[in-house]
Amino acid sequence: MPNVIGETKKAFITGNEAVAWATLAAGADIMFGYPITPQNEVMHYWTRLAPKHGRGFLQTEDEISAGFTVCGAVQAGKKAFTATAGPGNVLMQEPFGMAEAMRLPLVAIIQQRGGPSSGTVIYSQQEVTLTTFGGNGEGHRIVYSTATHQEMYDYTIKAFNSAWKYRFPTFVLGDGYQAKMREPLEMYNPEEKGLEIVKPFPLVGLDGHIGDNREPQHLCNIYSMEEELYEVVLDFVKDYNAIIPEVAEYQAQQCEDAEIIILTHGVVSRAADDAVKILRSQGIKAGSFRPITLRPFPTNDLRNVIANSKAKTMLIAESAYGQLDRLVKQEIYGETIKIENLFMPGVGIIDYDIISKVKSII
Amino acid sequence: MMVAPVTPKSWYLPSKPHKFCPGCGHGIVLKALGEAIDELEIQDRTVFGCDIGCSLLSWDFFACDSTQTHHGRTTPVMVGIKRSRPELITIGYMGDGGGYSIGSQHLLNAAVRNEKVTLILVNNTNYGMTGGQMAPTTLPGQKTETSPFGRDPEETGYPTKGPEFIAELTPDSAYVARATVSKYNQLKRFIRNALRNQMEGNGFSFVEVLSTCPTNWRTNAQQTWRFLEDEMEPYFPVGELKTPFGKGGAK
Ligand SMILES: Cc1ncc(C[n+]2csc(CCOP(=O)(O)OP(=O)(O)O)c2C)c(N)n1
Ligand code: SF4
Ligand SMILES: [Mg+2]
Repeated sequence: MPNVIGETKKAFITGNEAVAWATLAAGADIMFGYPITPQNEVMHYWTRLAPKHGRGFLQTEDEISAGFTVCGAVQAGKKAFTATAGPGNVLMQEPFGMAEAMRLPLVAIIQQRGGPSSGTVIYSQQEVTLTTFGGNGEGHRIVYSTATHQEMYDYTIKAFNSAWKYRFPTFVLGDGYQAKMREPLEMYNPEEKGLEIVKPFPLVGLDGHIGDNREPQHLCNIYSMEEELYEVVLDFVKDYNAIIPEVAEYQAQQCEDAEIIILTHGVVSRAADDAVKILRSQGIKAGSFRPITLRPFPTNDLRNVIANSKAKTMLIAESAYGQLDRLVKQEIYGETIKIENLFMPGVGIIDYDIISKVKSII
Repeated sequence: MMVAPVTPKSWYLPSKPHKFCPGCGHGIVLKALGEAIDELEIQDRTVFGCDIGCSLLSWDFFACDSTQTHHGRTTPVMVGIKRSRPELITIGYMGDGGGYSIGSQHLLNAAVRNEKVTLILVNNTNYGMTGGQMAPTTLPGQKTETSPFGRDPEETGYPTKGPEFIAELTPDSAYVARATVSKYNQLKRFIRNALRNQMEGNGFSFVEVLSTCPTNWRTNAQQTWRFLEDEMEPYFPVGELKTPFGKGGAK
């Protein structure tokens, strides 16, 4: 694969630009997209970079079309992706459902904005439920929730690998703050770091002669009988469960001796880590847990962390009204740790918010 | 002595001055619409619906009942209101991205069904609100954020000519026109005709308005006007394409 980055280098750029470079570095062949804030600059950088590196771009008539063109392109064997937010993410649930049903290695970058409806164009964590369980399926998706620009870069590259390796639609879940702010990161050519880049392969338009050395491909997503669908979905469940140990990721800090565990995801986890430091300097033993994959959820890891911790309370803080909270509770059903909440839908959470909340509950 | 500008009675004054950029054509269209609403005396039974795009900045522009919809979805919302309450005058206000791209299926099907709504679509050759990406109406060679090397018709086709395709889809009782903010009196006349056509219960009424977006065109006043008159108007011919008012069009 061509090295588009050159020497590993430090950059001070927006998250959207980091995503554009990462998709190039991951070997993405083509982007399909539709403008929406705060994702626009992924497209703006891509339209400028892609022609220089022989990659493709199409601005479609809407997000439904962008999602389905990605479905088509990956069936044709190309690494295709899209990027969207908010109402665009809503419209893309239809193609994302097709990708789930047909195990298409679709990659989508989601930069969350405020909702419901047009909401704000700025920031939120309100697309957790939609991105993890949107659509009329069982949530057989891989969702990475990033916290820094470095992670936006790293996990965008990883998303293509996971999608093509496991064949579940894969999402990088960022937000408007990560999308629009600048911060330093290291950009590298993945192969230089020893990262193997998974190669794409076609599902239609295969080599060979039909009836001679290959069969025609018949891909479908609708079944005549309930039992047929049942078998298909159970196979998905089996495959999905099998990859969890390999795919699920988390970060935990100082939970063992903690009186309280602060559970957050994405950019809010940075506030949680700062809060832990400050609380500890004030004699309050806090720890933090952060799922990096929201799907599959690092359920066993969280259960272990709770089991090995002194904490009797867990604070779930998020820039939404309980979307992460619901996800966590369903995953750790049966645990007796007390759960407290800090829900701030559509607004940022800083260390101060978490510290005040912690002090009010312990 | 300062003389306050005369504002239409149907304007909502607490929301003035309006929120559009200096030099933006949206304000001119909404002035013509306000005067037409006044002249036809329909303020109390008008429902104004705006899209998501810079048109959304007009959500509290009029002293008329108003509702904001989704990007591209103003047409079906207006159809829903009109079908349920035919006595209301429904005015959908949208951009070229909203109408011709994401909302094109709604526009097309509402036209085919000859829905008795009035739609005003502002053609500024780009996606204004999201920072100047290519729109279906972007001219060949025109540079935008997603056509940074100029629109190449080989890659992305030619600009959509909305009134022309809507005229093909609609029966004779529809009203279809293209106006420009550079010809104010004509613009107002076309909008009034489009409203009258709905009031008379004839059929679908559609006016595209050629408009300016100096912010994303990155043009000064002179260049803005030049682009409108010398680039857009030759490509998008201004005039009435379909009038149900008999030969020669309406007064
Ligand atoms: C489903 C959905 N997709 C994308 C957007 C983002 N968006 C908001 S305004 C806009 C473009 C507006 O362009 P246009 O309709 O031409 O109106 P203008 O701003 O130029 O007047 C877009 C793409 C959105 N709000 N909803
Ligand atoms: S961005 Fe363009 S269309 Fe939007 S208000 Fe400004 S000048 Fe008008
Ligand atoms: Mg526009």
